[in-house]
Amino acid sequence: MKFILHVWRQAGPKAQGAFSVYEATGISGDMSFLEMMDVVNESLIEHGEQPVAFDHDCREGICGACGMMINGIAHGPMRATATCQLFMRHFEDGDTIYVEPWRARAFPVIKDLVVDRSAFDRVIAAGGYITAATGGARDANNILVAKTDADDAMDAAACIGCGACVAACPNGSASLFAGAKVTHLGVLPQGQAERRQRVLRMIAQMDEEGFGGCTWHGECHEACPKAISLDVISRMNADYLRALWAMRDEKQEQGAG
Amino acid sequence: MAGSQPAALGVGPTNRVRLFWRSTVGKKIVMSVTGLIMVGFVLLHMIGNLQIFEGAARINAYSHFLHHTINELLWLVRVVLLVSVVLHIVAAIQLTRIDRAARPVAYRRREPQAATVASRSMRWGGLALALFIVFHVLHLTTGTIQPVPFAPGDVYANVMGGFRIWWVTLIYVLAMIALGLHIFHGAWSSIRTLGVNRPKAEPLRRPVAALVAVILWAGFSVVPVAVFFGWVR
Ligand code: FES
Repeated sequence: MKFILHVWRQAGPKAQGAFSVYEATGISGDMSFLEMMDVVNESLIEHGEQPVAFDHDCREGICGACGMMINGIAHGPMRATATCQLFMRHFEDGDTIYVEPWRARAFPVIKDLVVDRSAFDRVIAAGGYITAATGGARDANNILVAKTDADDAMDAAACIGCGACVAACPNGSASLFAGAKVTHLGVLPQGQAERRQRVLRMIAQMDEEGFGGCTWHGECHEACPKAISLDVISRMNADYLRALWAMRDEKQEQGAG
Repeated sequence: MAGSQPAALGVGPTNRVRLFWRSTVGKKIVMSVTGLIMVGFVLLHMIGNLQIFEGAARINAYSHFLHHTINELLWLVRVVLLVSVVLHIVAAIQLTRIDRAARPVAYRRREPQAATVASRSMRWGGLALALFIVFHVLHLTTGTIQPVPFAPGDVYANVMGGFRIWWVTLIYVLAMIALGLHIFHGAWSSIRTLGVNRPKAEPLRRPVAALVAVILWAGFSVVPVAVFFGWVR
Protein backbone atom coordinates (compact mmCIF):
# COMPACT_ATOMS: atom_id res chain seq x y z
CA MET A 1 0.00 0.00 0.00
CA LYS A 2 0.95 3.59 -0.54
CA PHE A 3 0.00 6.73 1.36
CA ILE A 4 0.60 10.45 1.08
CA LEU A 5 1.34 11.82 4.55
CA HIS A 6 1.11 15.42 5.62
CA VAL A 7 3.04 15.41 8.88
CA TRP A 8 3.46 18.26 11.33
CA ARG A 9 7.16 18.98 11.76
CA GLN A 10 8.40 21.27 14.49
CA ALA A 11 12.05 21.32 15.52
CA GLY A 12 11.47 22.38 19.12
CA PRO A 13 9.01 23.88 21.58
CA LYS A 14 9.59 27.44 20.41
CA ALA A 15 10.24 26.67 16.74
CA GLN A 16 7.82 27.49 13.98
CA GLY A 17 6.16 24.30 12.74
CA ALA A 18 4.81 23.34 9.34
CA PHE A 19 3.45 20.35 7.46
CA SER A 20 5.86 18.25 5.41
CA VAL A 21 4.61 15.87 2.76
CA TYR A 22 6.00 12.34 2.64
CA GLU A 23 5.16 9.35 0.55
CA ALA A 24 4.90 6.08 2.48
CA THR A 25 5.48 3.20 0.10
CA GLY A 26 5.67 -0.57 0.50
CA ILE A 27 3.26 -0.50 3.45
CA SER A 28 1.50 -3.71 4.43
CA GLY A 29 -2.08 -3.53 5.62
CA ASP A 30 -1.00 -5.52 8.67
CA MET A 31 1.35 -2.78 9.81
CA SER A 32 0.21 -0.54 12.61
CA PHE A 33 0.13 3.19 12.10
CA LEU A 34 3.32 3.49 14.13
CA GLU A 35 5.03 0.81 12.05
CA MET A 36 4.10 2.75 8.96
CA MET A 37 5.69 5.81 10.59
CA ASP A 38 8.78 3.69 11.31
CA VAL A 39 9.07 2.87 7.61
CA VAL A 40 8.79 6.55 6.73
CA ASN A 41 11.42 7.40 9.33
CA GLU A 42 13.85 4.82 8.01
CA SER A 43 13.69 6.31 4.57
CA LEU A 44 14.12 9.78 6.08
CA ILE A 45 17.23 8.60 7.88
CA GLU A 46 18.54 7.02 4.68
CA HIS A 47 18.16 10.37 2.98
CA GLY A 48 20.02 12.09 5.79
CA GLU A 49 16.91 13.80 7.16
CA GLN A 50 15.61 14.03 10.71
CA PRO A 51 13.11 11.28 11.47
CA VAL A 52 9.65 12.31 12.67
CA ALA A 53 9.59 12.33 16.47
CA PHE A 54 6.57 10.60 18.02
CA ASP A 55 5.82 9.05 21.40
CA HIS A 56 5.35 5.32 21.74
CA ASP A 57 6.20 2.61 24.21
CA CYS A 58 4.20 -0.58 24.64
CA ARG A 59 2.68 -0.66 21.14
CA GLU A 60 -0.05 -2.85 22.49
CA GLY A 61 -2.56 -0.22 23.51
CA ILE A 62 -1.96 -0.27 27.25
CA CYS A 63 0.58 2.38 28.14
CA GLY A 64 -0.89 5.58 26.75
CA ALA A 65 2.35 6.90 25.29
CA CYS A 66 1.25 7.00 21.66
CA GLY A 67 -1.20 9.45 20.20
CA MET A 68 -1.62 11.41 17.00
CA MET A 69 -4.39 13.36 15.39
CA ILE A 70 -4.98 11.30 12.26
CA ASN A 71 -7.09 12.96 9.59
CA GLY A 72 -8.69 15.10 12.24
CA ILE A 73 -9.58 12.23 14.56
CA ALA A 74 -7.64 11.53 17.74
CA HIS A 75 -6.04 8.06 17.41
CA GLY A 76 -7.53 7.76 13.93
CA PRO A 77 -10.77 6.41 12.56
CA MET A 78 -11.23 3.20 14.58
CA ARG A 79 -13.23 3.48 17.78
CA ALA A 80 -11.70 2.50 21.12
CA THR A 81 -8.29 2.09 19.50
CA ALA A 82 -4.94 3.65 20.34
CA THR A 83 -2.71 4.78 17.47
CA CYS A 84 -0.38 1.82 18.00
CA GLN A 85 -3.29 -0.57 17.55
CA LEU A 86 -4.59 1.12 14.42
CA PHE A 87 -3.80 -0.94 11.34
CA MET A 88 -3.19 0.36 7.86
CA ARG A 89 -5.77 -1.99 6.37
CA HIS A 90 -8.37 0.43 7.72
CA PHE A 91 -7.21 3.00 5.20
CA GLU A 92 -7.64 2.99 1.43
CA ASP A 93 -4.57 2.47 -0.69
CA GLY A 94 -3.34 5.87 -1.87
CA ASP A 95 -5.08 7.82 0.91
CA THR A 96 -3.85 11.23 1.92
CA ILE A 97 -3.40 11.29 5.69
CA TYR A 98 -2.88 14.35 7.87
CA VAL A 99 -0.87 13.65 11.01
CA GLU A 100 -0.87 16.30 13.73
CA PRO A 101 0.16 16.44 17.37
CA TRP A 102 -2.39 16.82 20.18
CA ARG A 103 -3.27 20.49 20.28
CA ALA A 104 -3.85 22.07 23.68
CA ARG A 105 -2.38 24.89 25.68
CA ALA A 106 -1.72 22.42 28.48
CA PHE A 107 0.09 20.05 26.07
CA PRO A 108 2.85 22.13 24.47
CA VAL A 109 4.64 20.54 21.52
CA ILE A 110 8.13 19.34 22.39
CA LYS A 111 9.06 18.18 18.90
CA ASP A 112 7.07 17.15 15.83
CA LEU A 113 4.28 14.92 17.17
CA VAL A 114 5.58 14.71 20.74
CA VAL A 115 3.73 16.83 23.29
CA ASP A 116 4.41 17.43 26.95
CA ARG A 117 1.63 15.75 28.91
CA SER A 118 3.06 16.36 32.37
CA ALA A 119 -0.04 18.47 33.09
CA PHE A 120 -1.81 15.12 33.50
CA ASP A 121 0.84 14.00 35.99
CA ARG A 122 0.21 17.11 38.05
CA VAL A 123 -3.55 16.52 38.01
CA ILE A 124 -2.93 13.00 39.29
CA ALA A 125 -0.46 14.25 41.88
CA ALA A 126 -3.10 16.67 43.14
CA GLY A 127 -5.43 13.89 44.22
CA GLY A 128 -5.00 10.60 42.39
CA TYR A 129 -3.84 8.59 45.37
CA ILE A 130 -5.18 6.81 48.45
CA THR A 131 -3.85 6.36 51.93
CA ALA A 132 -3.10 2.77 52.87
CA ALA A 133 -2.03 1.15 56.11
CA THR A 134 1.49 -0.19 56.16
CA GLY A 135 2.39 -3.51 57.73
CA GLY A 136 1.26 -6.96 56.75
CA ALA A 137 -0.73 -7.10 53.59
CA ARG A 138 -4.41 -7.84 54.07
CA ASP A 139 -6.23 -10.51 52.23
CA ALA A 140 -7.20 -9.21 48.85
CA ASN A 141 -10.87 -9.84 49.33
CA ASN A 142 -11.46 -8.83 52.93
CA ILE A 143 -12.85 -5.46 51.89
CA LEU A 144 -16.24 -6.05 50.34
CA VAL A 145 -16.97 -4.19 47.12
CA ALA A 146 -20.28 -4.34 45.32
CA LYS A 147 -19.98 -5.85 41.86
CA THR A 148 -21.37 -2.75 40.17
CA ASP A 149 -18.88 -0.51 42.00
CA ALA A 150 -16.02 -2.79 41.11
CA ASP A 151 -17.14 -2.68 37.47
CA ASP A 152 -17.42 1.11 37.45
CA ALA A 153 -14.03 1.50 39.08
CA MET A 154 -12.46 -0.95 36.65
CA ASP A 155 -13.98 0.76 33.61
CA ALA A 156 -12.68 4.13 34.78
CA ALA A 157 -9.29 2.69 35.72
CA ALA A 158 -8.85 1.60 32.11
CA CYS A 159 -7.77 5.20 31.37
CA ILE A 160 -4.19 5.11 30.10
CA GLY A 161 -3.72 8.89 30.25
CA CYS A 162 -2.94 9.26 26.56
CA GLY A 163 -4.56 12.68 26.28
CA ALA A 164 -6.84 11.88 23.34
CA CYS A 165 -9.84 13.26 25.27
CA VAL A 166 -8.17 16.65 25.53
CA ALA A 167 -7.01 16.48 21.92
CA ALA A 168 -10.47 15.65 20.61
CA CYS A 169 -12.39 18.10 22.79
CA PRO A 170 -13.24 21.36 21.01
CA ASN A 171 -12.64 23.05 24.38
CA GLY A 172 -9.39 21.27 25.18
CA SER A 173 -11.01 19.97 28.35
CA ALA A 174 -9.50 17.27 30.55
CA SER A 175 -12.84 16.40 32.14
CA LEU A 176 -12.95 12.81 30.91
CA PHE A 177 -9.45 12.16 32.23
CA ALA A 178 -10.06 13.79 35.62
CA GLY A 179 -13.50 12.20 35.82
CA ALA A 180 -11.97 8.78 35.19
CA LYS A 181 -9.50 9.23 38.03
CA VAL A 182 -12.11 10.61 40.42
CA THR A 183 -14.46 7.73 39.60
CA HIS A 184 -11.87 4.99 39.68
CA LEU A 185 -10.79 5.89 43.21
CA GLY A 186 -13.99 7.43 44.49
CA VAL A 187 -16.33 4.46 44.06
CA LEU A 188 -14.08 2.06 45.95
CA PRO A 189 -14.00 1.82 49.75
CA GLN A 190 -10.23 2.32 49.69
CA GLY A 191 -10.64 5.72 48.08
CA GLN A 192 -13.10 7.22 50.55
CA ALA A 193 -10.64 8.91 52.91
CA GLU A 194 -9.56 11.44 50.28
CA ARG A 195 -12.73 11.44 48.27
CA ARG A 196 -13.69 15.05 48.96
CA GLN A 197 -10.31 16.68 48.78
CA ARG A 198 -9.44 14.59 45.74
CA VAL A 199 -12.16 15.99 43.54
CA LEU A 200 -11.61 19.56 44.75
CA ARG A 201 -7.88 19.38 44.18
CA MET A 202 -7.97 17.61 40.85
CA ILE A 203 -10.48 20.08 39.44
CA ALA A 204 -8.49 23.06 40.76
CA GLN A 205 -5.32 21.63 39.22
CA MET A 206 -7.07 20.86 35.95
CA ASP A 207 -8.18 24.49 35.73
CA GLU A 208 -4.76 25.78 36.70
CA GLU A 209 -3.13 23.80 33.91
CA GLY A 210 -5.23 25.67 31.36
CA PHE A 211 -7.61 22.94 30.23
CA GLY A 212 -11.04 24.10 29.07
CA GLY A 213 -14.46 23.26 30.47
CA CYS A 214 -16.83 20.48 29.48
CA THR A 215 -19.69 21.35 27.13
CA TRP A 216 -20.81 17.76 26.52
CA HIS A 217 -19.98 17.43 22.86
CA GLY A 218 -19.07 13.82 23.62
CA GLU A 219 -15.95 13.94 21.44
CA CYS A 220 -13.72 12.70 24.28
CA HIS A 221 -15.61 9.45 24.66
CA GLU A 222 -15.44 8.80 20.92
CA ALA A 223 -11.70 9.43 20.90
CA CYS A 224 -10.87 7.46 24.04
CA PRO A 225 -8.95 4.26 23.25
CA LYS A 226 -10.68 2.72 26.28
CA ALA A 227 -14.11 4.19 25.42
CA ILE A 228 -14.49 5.60 28.91
CA SER A 229 -18.05 6.72 29.52
CA LEU A 230 -19.17 10.32 29.81
CA ASP A 231 -20.78 9.22 33.06
CA VAL A 232 -17.44 9.69 34.83
CA ILE A 233 -17.79 13.44 34.25
CA SER A 234 -21.24 13.51 35.83
CA ARG A 235 -19.90 11.54 38.75
CA MET A 236 -17.00 13.94 39.17
CA ASN A 237 -19.38 16.91 39.17
CA ALA A 238 -21.69 15.28 41.69
CA ASP A 239 -18.70 14.56 43.93
CA TYR A 240 -17.53 18.13 43.46
CA LEU A 241 -20.83 19.57 44.63
CA ARG A 242 -20.92 17.27 47.63
CA ALA A 243 -17.32 18.05 48.54
CA LEU A 244 -17.89 21.76 48.25
CA TRP A 245 -21.00 21.50 50.39
CA ALA A 246 -19.06 19.66 53.08
CA MET A 247 -16.09 22.02 53.11
CA ARG A 248 -17.30 24.13 56.01
CA ASP A 249 -17.60 21.13 58.28
CA GLU A 250 -14.09 19.99 57.48
CA LYS A 251 -12.79 23.43 58.33
CA GLN A 252 -14.48 23.46 61.71
CA GLU A 253 -13.16 20.05 62.59
CA GLN A 254 -9.66 21.22 61.80
CA GLY A 255 -10.09 24.31 63.95
CA ALA A 256 -11.24 22.31 66.93
CA GLY A 257 -8.38 19.84 66.66
CA MET B 1 4.19 24.32 38.71
CA ALA B 2 5.23 20.74 39.32
CA GLY B 3 4.02 19.55 42.68
CA SER B 4 2.28 22.85 43.36
CA GLN B 5 -0.81 22.48 45.46
CA PRO B 6 -3.91 24.20 44.20
CA ALA B 7 -3.64 27.39 46.19
CA ALA B 8 -7.38 27.92 46.26
CA LEU B 9 -7.87 25.02 48.63
CA GLY B 10 -6.20 26.75 51.54
CA VAL B 11 -9.02 29.26 51.87
CA GLY B 12 -11.56 29.31 54.65
CA PRO B 13 -15.22 28.44 54.45
CA THR B 14 -16.29 31.94 53.52
CA ASN B 15 -14.44 31.65 50.25
CA ARG B 16 -16.25 28.51 49.24
CA VAL B 17 -18.42 30.52 46.88
CA ARG B 18 -15.41 32.09 45.27
CA LEU B 19 -13.70 28.74 44.89
CA PHE B 20 -16.85 27.43 43.23
CA TRP B 21 -17.19 30.36 40.85
CA ARG B 22 -13.51 30.27 39.94
CA SER B 23 -13.60 26.68 38.73
CA THR B 24 -14.81 25.68 35.29
CA VAL B 25 -17.01 23.03 36.89
CA GLY B 26 -18.58 25.61 39.21
CA LYS B 27 -19.35 27.92 36.30
CA LYS B 28 -20.90 25.06 34.38
CA ILE B 29 -23.06 24.21 37.38
CA VAL B 30 -24.21 27.85 37.50
CA MET B 31 -25.07 27.65 33.82
CA SER B 32 -26.97 24.41 34.39
CA VAL B 33 -29.08 25.67 37.26
CA THR B 34 -29.88 29.00 35.63
CA GLY B 35 -30.57 27.22 32.34
CA LEU B 36 -33.01 24.82 33.97
CA ILE B 37 -34.77 27.74 35.69
CA MET B 38 -35.23 29.30 32.27
CA VAL B 39 -36.48 26.03 30.77
CA GLY B 40 -39.09 25.88 33.53
CA PHE B 41 -40.13 29.43 32.79
CA VAL B 42 -40.45 28.97 29.04
CA LEU B 43 -42.60 25.87 29.58
CA LEU B 44 -45.04 27.93 31.67
CA HIS B 45 -44.83 30.79 29.20
CA MET B 46 -45.67 28.45 26.33
CA ILE B 47 -48.68 26.99 28.13
CA GLY B 48 -49.88 30.53 28.85
CA ASN B 49 -49.51 31.54 25.21
CA LEU B 50 -51.63 28.68 23.93
CA GLN B 51 -54.68 30.26 25.54
CA ILE B 52 -54.79 32.58 22.54
CA PHE B 53 -56.62 29.77 20.78
CA GLU B 54 -59.46 30.13 23.27
CA GLY B 55 -60.13 33.69 22.23
CA ALA B 56 -59.47 37.27 23.25
CA ALA B 57 -61.35 37.14 26.54
CA ARG B 58 -59.41 34.15 27.81
CA ILE B 59 -55.89 35.38 26.99
CA ASN B 60 -56.57 38.89 28.21
CA ALA B 61 -58.04 37.58 31.43
CA TYR B 62 -54.89 35.52 31.91
CA SER B 63 -52.77 38.62 31.36
CA HIS B 64 -54.88 40.52 33.86
CA PHE B 65 -54.43 37.69 36.34
CA LEU B 66 -50.64 37.85 35.96
CA HIS B 67 -50.38 41.64 36.12
CA HIS B 68 -52.91 42.33 38.85
CA THR B 69 -53.95 39.29 40.85
CA ILE B 70 -50.45 37.86 41.29
CA ASN B 71 -48.43 40.96 40.47
CA GLU B 72 -45.90 40.46 43.30
CA LEU B 73 -45.24 36.91 42.17
CA LEU B 74 -44.80 38.10 38.62
CA TRP B 75 -42.13 40.53 39.74
CA LEU B 76 -40.42 37.86 41.80
CA VAL B 77 -40.28 35.63 38.73
CA ARG B 78 -38.93 38.50 36.67
CA VAL B 79 -36.16 39.17 39.18
CA VAL B 80 -35.22 35.48 39.33
CA LEU B 81 -35.18 35.34 35.55
CA LEU B 82 -33.08 38.45 35.21
CA VAL B 83 -30.52 37.14 37.69
CA SER B 84 -30.51 33.78 35.87
CA VAL B 85 -30.02 35.35 32.47
CA VAL B 86 -27.16 37.54 33.71
CA LEU B 87 -25.38 34.68 35.49
CA HIS B 88 -25.90 32.37 32.52
CA ILE B 89 -24.42 34.88 30.09
CA VAL B 90 -21.52 35.94 32.29
CA ALA B 91 -20.53 32.32 32.92
CA ALA B 92 -20.91 31.53 29.23
CA ILE B 93 -18.63 34.37 28.20
CA GLN B 94 -15.99 33.49 30.78
CA LEU B 95 -16.07 29.79 29.90
CA THR B 96 -15.88 30.55 26.19
CA ARG B 97 -12.75 32.56 26.82
CA ILE B 98 -11.21 29.76 28.88
CA ASP B 99 -12.15 27.16 26.28
CA ARG B 100 -10.77 29.16 23.38
CA ALA B 101 -7.52 29.78 25.26
CA ALA B 102 -7.20 26.05 25.92
CA ARG B 103 -6.58 25.40 22.20
CA PRO B 104 -4.35 28.20 20.97
CA VAL B 105 -3.26 26.35 17.81
CA ALA B 106 -6.09 24.98 15.68
CA TYR B 107 -5.97 21.66 13.90
CA ARG B 108 -5.43 21.69 10.19
CA ARG B 109 -7.96 18.90 9.83
CA ARG B 110 -10.66 18.12 12.29
CA GLU B 111 -13.49 15.57 11.93
CA PRO B 112 -16.03 15.83 14.74
CA GLN B 113 -17.23 12.39 15.78
CA ALA B 114 -20.02 13.01 18.23
CA ALA B 115 -20.76 16.73 18.39
CA THR B 116 -24.23 17.68 17.14
CA VAL B 117 -25.51 20.77 15.37
CA ALA B 118 -27.08 21.65 18.71
CA SER B 119 -23.91 21.24 20.74
CA ARG B 120 -21.86 23.21 18.25
CA SER B 121 -24.33 26.07 17.98
CA MET B 122 -24.67 26.67 21.71
CA ARG B 123 -22.60 29.83 21.71
CA TRP B 124 -23.89 31.55 18.59
CA GLY B 125 -27.38 30.20 19.20
CA GLY B 126 -27.25 31.52 22.74
CA LEU B 127 -26.22 34.94 21.48
CA ALA B 128 -29.08 34.88 18.98
CA LEU B 129 -31.52 33.97 21.76
CA ALA B 130 -30.22 36.78 23.96
CA LEU B 131 -30.83 39.28 21.14
CA PHE B 132 -34.24 37.77 20.49
CA ILE B 133 -35.23 38.08 24.15
CA VAL B 134 -34.41 41.79 24.05
CA PHE B 135 -36.45 42.20 20.88
CA HIS B 136 -39.33 40.17 22.28
CA VAL B 137 -39.53 42.12 25.54
CA LEU B 138 -39.42 45.42 23.65
CA HIS B 139 -42.09 44.13 21.29
CA LEU B 140 -44.70 42.41 23.45
CA THR B 141 -43.89 43.33 27.06
CA THR B 142 -43.02 47.03 26.99
CA GLY B 143 -44.36 47.87 23.57
CA THR B 144 -41.30 49.93 22.74
CA ILE B 145 -40.99 48.40 19.29
CA GLN B 146 -44.37 48.83 17.63
CA PRO B 147 -44.77 47.10 14.31
CA VAL B 148 -48.41 47.93 14.93
CA PRO B 149 -49.72 50.33 17.61
CA PHE B 150 -49.32 48.74 21.04
CA ALA B 151 -52.32 48.45 23.34
CA PRO B 152 -51.23 47.95 26.98
CA GLY B 153 -53.14 45.09 28.58
CA ASP B 154 -54.69 43.90 25.32
CA VAL B 155 -52.44 40.90 24.68
CA TYR B 156 -54.81 39.56 22.09
CA ALA B 157 -54.68 42.67 19.92
CA ASN B 158 -50.92 43.00 20.23
CA VAL B 159 -50.32 39.38 19.26
CA MET B 160 -52.86 39.42 16.44
CA GLY B 161 -51.44 42.66 15.07
CA GLY B 162 -47.74 41.81 15.43
CA PHE B 163 -47.84 38.37 13.86
CA ARG B 164 -49.72 39.53 10.77
CA ILE B 165 -46.44 41.15 9.73
CA TRP B 166 -44.23 38.70 7.90
CA TRP B 167 -40.86 39.78 9.28
CA VAL B 168 -42.06 39.73 12.87
CA THR B 169 -43.36 36.21 12.43
CA LEU B 170 -40.16 35.18 10.70
CA ILE B 171 -38.02 36.46 13.58
CA TYR B 172 -40.09 34.50 16.07
CA VAL B 173 -40.10 31.32 14.01
CA LEU B 174 -36.32 31.42 13.50
CA ALA B 175 -35.74 32.20 17.17
CA MET B 176 -37.82 29.20 18.19
CA ILE B 177 -35.60 26.93 16.09
CA ALA B 178 -32.64 28.35 17.99
CA LEU B 179 -34.51 27.78 21.25
CA GLY B 180 -35.27 24.16 20.39
CA LEU B 181 -31.65 23.43 19.51
CA HIS B 182 -30.33 25.24 22.57
CA ILE B 183 -32.61 23.29 24.87
CA PHE B 184 -32.03 19.96 23.11
CA HIS B 185 -28.38 20.22 24.08
CA GLY B 186 -28.68 22.44 27.14
CA ALA B 187 -31.38 20.61 29.07
CA TRP B 188 -29.61 17.30 28.61
CA SER B 189 -26.15 18.58 29.45
CA SER B 190 -27.44 20.53 32.47
CA ILE B 191 -28.65 17.33 34.05
CA ARG B 192 -25.29 15.70 33.36
CA THR B 193 -23.31 18.69 34.62
CA LEU B 194 -25.24 18.56 37.88
CA GLY B 195 -24.39 14.86 38.09
CA VAL B 196 -27.97 13.85 38.85
CA ASN B 197 -28.33 11.58 35.82
CA ARG B 198 -28.19 7.86 36.09
CA PRO B 199 -25.30 6.09 34.37
CA LYS B 200 -26.35 4.89 30.94
CA ALA B 201 -24.93 2.61 28.32
CA GLU B 202 -25.46 5.23 25.63
CA PRO B 203 -25.01 8.57 27.34
CA LEU B 204 -25.53 10.57 24.17
CA ARG B 205 -29.16 9.42 23.83
CA ARG B 206 -31.49 12.02 25.28
CA PRO B 207 -35.15 11.25 24.66
CA VAL B 208 -36.48 13.51 27.43
CA ALA B 209 -34.47 16.54 26.33
CA ALA B 210 -35.52 15.89 22.74
CA LEU B 211 -39.19 15.75 23.77
CA VAL B 212 -38.96 18.95 25.81
CA ALA B 213 -37.19 20.71 22.94
CA VAL B 214 -39.80 19.61 20.39
CA ILE B 215 -42.71 20.55 22.65
CA LEU B 216 -41.26 24.00 23.26
CA TRP B 217 -40.39 24.57 19.62
CA ALA B 218 -43.84 23.52 18.40
CA GLY B 219 -45.79 25.10 21.26
CA PHE B 220 -44.19 28.49 20.74
CA SER B 221 -44.04 28.47 16.94
CA VAL B 222 -47.70 27.57 16.50
CA VAL B 223 -48.91 30.95 17.79
CA PRO B 224 -47.14 33.30 15.35
CA VAL B 225 -47.64 30.85 12.48
CA ALA B 226 -51.34 30.40 13.21
CA VAL B 227 -51.92 34.14 13.56
CA PHE B 228 -50.02 34.84 10.36
CA PHE B 229 -52.11 32.41 8.34
CA GLY B 230 -55.32 33.66 9.93
CA TRP B 231 -56.14 30.47 11.81
CA VAL B 232 -56.81 32.38 15.04
CA ARG B 233 -60.06 34.26 15.38
S1 FES C 1 2.25 2.76 22.52
FE1 FES C 1 1.41 2.15 24.43
S2 FES C 1 -0.67 2.60 24.11
FE2 FES C 1 0.16 2.96 22.14
